[in-house]
Amino acid sequence: MNAYLPSLVGGMLIGVSALMLLLLNGRIAGISGIVGRLAQGIGLTTNLAFALGLLLGPLAYLLMFGGWPVVQITTGWPLLIVAGLFVGFGSRMGSGCTSGHGVLGLARLSPRSMVAVATFLTAGAVAVAFLRGVGL
Amino acid sequence: MNRNINQFVAALASGVVFGLGLSLSGMLNPVRVQGFLDVFGDWDPSLAFVLGGAVVVAFIGVQVMKRMQHPAFDDSFHVPTSRRIDAPLVVGSALFGLGWGIGGFCPGPAVASLSVGLPQTFLFVIAMLVGMTLYDRVWSRRT
Repeated sequence: MNAYLPSLVGGMLIGVSALMLLLLNGRIAGISGIVGRLAQGIGLTTNLAFALGLLLGPLAYLLMFGGWPVVQITTGWPLLIVAGLFVGFGSRMGSGCTSGHGVLGLARLSPRSMVAVATFLTAGAVAVAFLRGVGL
Repeated sequence: MNRNINQFVAALASGVVFGLGLSLSGMLNPVRVQGFLDVFGDWDPSLAFVLGGAVVVAFIGVQVMKRMQHPAFDDSFHVPTSRRIDAPLVVGSALFGLGWGIGGFCPGPAVASLSVGLPQTFLFVIAMLVGMTLYDRVWSRRT
């Protein structure tokens, strides 16, 4: 259970964040949308503010718990570049990622988001199964 | 207070809570994410609680939104209205999912983890920005 509780509370905080952005600014907390618009120079102030906050989040964790959140990366750099390109291109083409489709899309009971979530969960499982299969 | 300042502070605060939630939940750790996606192997189901917890709270937000005329700091809600299930949605989500499984990062954790300072995360985020730019400025504007 001690592995599940931080995940549940962390998830609820992500939900609180999405609720805040929706009810205060009327915006969807979809990170690929926010970062994508930031990269295009659209709505610079608020998108920059959210991205800045996102960077401060791990710092808040450090202040509360006295250590950085764990980040373990076993993927080699050539595959990481491929992964980054796919994540960036795919999330913009599919109009959302784990936050926009996953959190808010499901909360809005959007059929588009349900299809997106089923698709990216399946593709993610296939990718991991393939990597495990070839020993990476 | 000026509306722009309100929107700025609201977005900043929302970002901090999001980043803290990602840090607490285990989503910042690609090994955990890949363990969650490893359904045919040594499956770690804990990250399902992240999505579950987030959706339940966000669902409350959506219900409150339906009873509000407009958000606190804007004249209208900016919520997607499309209901079309088309090829870009499915192909894009599939590409995103493959990248998510290969790297263990989705966009939120990728950006937040930059604070932890590992060089690989900078590499990933640069590649992600290139991928986003390729779609937004090249692919989607083909004639």
